[in-house]
Amino acid sequence: MSRLLPYPLLATSLLVMWILLNGLSAGHLVLGAIIGIAASWAMTALEPAKPRLRRWGLIPGLFVTVMADVLRSNIAVASIVLRGRRGQRTSGFVTIPLELRDPTGLAVLACIITSTPGTAWVEYRSGTGVLLLHVLDLADEQEWIDIIKGRYERPLMEIFE
Amino acid sequence: MTHAADLPAWAALPTAFFLLLGSGLTLLGAIGLLRFGSFYERVHAPTLGTTWGAGGILIASMICFTVLQSRPALHEILIAAFVIVTTPVSLMLLARAALYRDRTENNGGVPAFEAESEGTDGEASPKSSDQKQTKGQ
Repeated sequence: MSRLLPYPLLATSLLVMWILLNGLSAGHLVLGAIIGIAASWAMTALEPAKPRLRRWGLIPGLFVTVMADVLRSNIAVASIVLRGRRGQRTSGFVTIPLELRDPTGLAVLACIITSTPGTAWVEYRSGTGVLLLHVLDLADEQEWIDIIKGRYERPLMEIFE
Repeated sequence: MTHAADLPAWAALPTAFFLLLGSGLTLLGAIGLLRFGSFYERVHAPTLGTTWGAGGILIASMICFTVLQSRPALHEILIAAFVIVTTPVSLMLLARAALYRDRTENNGGVPAFEAESEGTDGEASPKSSDQKQTKGQ
């Protein structure tokens, strides 16, 4: 199984991408599967790190949480832009000590933080695991640390580690 | 565009709604980019355009072409996925470049570079290795 499909996730995503681009039909299903498997064989030469998903069940919940948060912060940032009054809000940096070490998990966390308007991933130190965030509407530093650690980091650690 | 008249009203209304939502949010992001003061604040505004700004326009496109072609047009999902995956790369590049410039020019308002917290290389001071040991225990 692992010799035929060294990277099952990669092969599946390539197949899904092929179907989305070309439409669902039996011919494209076969062609997409061949391309997916061939590409994952080619990838074995590069030997990328294999992300291991431990708990699939948490992914939909995290996805829904992130979508809701993105929508909420879209509204929040849009209202900040519309109000346009400077001085009512303070923006600033927050340092967050992360326990998450898995590279794929960190990449997903970077995608989540970046796609949430109002928070920007500035710097991450892999030596200490300290993340530097910039927050547009910084009312309470501890609140943001709790949000990032509780809402995103904990489920990501359970999924990837 | 000539086919737009063929779109039934029940599909045209949500298409128009999502198109306006997406383009409106993108416009707000652009206004924010102009209005905000510092670089780090400015970086937040365009994320409106890359999240629900792009998302709204893509949802509108999906509704419109699914109804017009009477088969699901879902390849917009790929655009959304690639936008989400590639945005952090350019954002980190810009943010770290700005941070580096602010630190070397001592512009202030930026957290200082903590060389001792890096720890792993040979330049680390003995103080930091002590700290690491107590952390590990």
